[in-house]
Amino acid sequence: MSEATAEVSIPSLQRAPLERRALVSNFLTGLAWLVALLAAVPLFSVLYMLIVRGGSRLNLEALTALPPAGFEMGGGFGNALVGTVVMVGIGAAIAVPVGILAAIFLAELGSNSTLGNVARFATKTLTGLPSILAGVLAYALVVLVTGSYSAPAGGLALSLLMVPTVILTAEEAIKMVPKIMKDAAYGLGCTRTQVILKVLLPTALPGIVTGVMLAVARAAGETAPLLFTALSSSYWLYQDGHLALMQPTASLAVLIYNFSGMPFDNQIELAWAASLVLVLIVLIINVVSRFLGRPKI
Amino acid sequence: MASVVKAIPKSAEAEANWVMDCKLDKIYYGDFEAVRDSHVPIEKGRITGFIGPSGCGKSTVLRSLNRMNDLVTGFRFEGHVHFHGQDLYGRGVDPVVVRRYIGMVFQQPNPFSMSIYDNVAFGLRLNRFKGDLDERVQQALEGAALWDEVKGKLKASGLSLSGGQQQRLCIARAIATQPAVLLMDEPCSALDPIATRRVEELMLELKKDYTIVLVTHNMQQATRVADTTAFFSVDISKGTRTGYLVEMGPTQQIFEDPQEKLTREYVRGEFS
Repeated sequence: MSEATAEVSIPSLQRAPLERRALVSNFLTGLAWLVALLAAVPLFSVLYMLIVRGGSRLNLEALTALPPAGFEMGGGFGNALVGTVVMVGIGAAIAVPVGILAAIFLAELGSNSTLGNVARFATKTLTGLPSILAGVLAYALVVLVTGSYSAPAGGLALSLLMVPTVILTAEEAIKMVPKIMKDAAYGLGCTRTQVILKVLLPTALPGIVTGVMLAVARAAGETAPLLFTALSSSYWLYQDGHLALMQPTASLAVLIYNFSGMPFDNQIELAWAASLVLVLIVLIINVVSRFLGRPKI
Repeated sequence: MASVVKAIPKSAEAEANWVMDCKLDKIYYGDFEAVRDSHVPIEKGRITGFIGPSGCGKSTVLRSLNRMNDLVTGFRFEGHVHFHGQDLYGRGVDPVVVRRYIGMVFQQPNPFSMSIYDNVAFGLRLNRFKGDLDERVQQALEGAALWDEVKGKLKASGLSLSGGQQQRLCIARAIATQPAVLLMDEPCSALDPIATRRVEELMLELKKDYTIVLVTHNMQQATRVADTTAFFSVDISKGTRTGYLVEMGPTQQIFEDPQEKLTREYVRGEFS
């Protein structure tokens, strides 16, 4: 066995943090971290401000009582909370079926057809619809026809703003189902409808739910479309002991708008509390939607 | 489940053993002639292997046997595929019903995003099976040599299994409805050698109850598993790549005493 001691010069393998490459890399990493923190500042500062200003007024009375009149003390925004939930619910009841069916068409049935392309373009354009115009449409379609401001009118306006989000996210979710899974379903003898109902929709459900919840979170905070469809109200949605939807309905967003402009401390405090509640609702919906939409095995 | 219409096949004794008779004149994808002139009879209770270089149309022919190519736009089939006396490409034939009698296992394992039980029961529920679902699911999983590994976790997601187990799950799913013919499109190409061997052993077991048509790019697999082998190749004489059947016969004969020159060159590994 010969002694092979070839002298190969290997450069130093030690870390060299002061080398130019390392310095640039560390600097940019630090910069990225700083910018990320800065991006989080608006959210946390808003939350902080709301908790400080509105937290003290957030109690059971605020959540369950009716809005106070001019010089009254106490009161709450219970009817506005219910109103927001009801109108977002109506909006979802319209937007979710329409949105999912449209998404099925765009993803599966008429993906490249003229109707499909036109519909997809219209949907994308609709995402930029000024929310007040959604209110104008609902005003013309419901308020003028029925003769009164009402919760369904507000719900319809909200649904117009929800539908594009639902369609676009649901279409993507359905398209993301692996093609081989569709092949398996066809191979077992499914009709196209069965493939969609038994395989595509269940598999795409987490993504669809995420889209729906994001749309709901957006709709919960909309003010402009409710201004002249549901207006506002100081009463519950009951009349003679049963639910009465066809009357002006309060909502959190409009209540905040109204109360924050009043010269009464009581109302302004309530507006802060309502703002905190609204932000918490939107935050919880977003967190839940991320949890439900996480990729499963 | 509806019973298959039985019709007595005509002519010779050998033909009496054919469960499917594919006489393919032309297959087009739009203007592209993909396959031509291939007569492939499928014998009952045997494993028929399709081998050949890539692009020779073996998968296309396989998928034509259960009308899966209908899903491809521009697909046109000229010829006939007789199955129990009926032409699968005849007028009025519903491809959905065809696929319920002729099952398929794909190259990549593709279990549904559901529990193992629901995966296997899928085809049974689709056909409105009225008997004991649990029993049939167990039978199918035993038939696919998967029962012992999953019997304690039937509710787990089908996607949580390993690649080889997923493929056996897909086989269980396909045989749950007891199809007349099982088409397998390179079922082992995405699996490691151990899993491949298990699936091959499984195929030899399944042969007792099912007729299998197997596409494989692995010649050794064909020698291990197939009773009859059909060798396809590509014809580039007209400027396009058109697949066609070169030779078909008992596996031993194809590999030891091929009649065609092209077959001889392929099985000797002179091209692939």
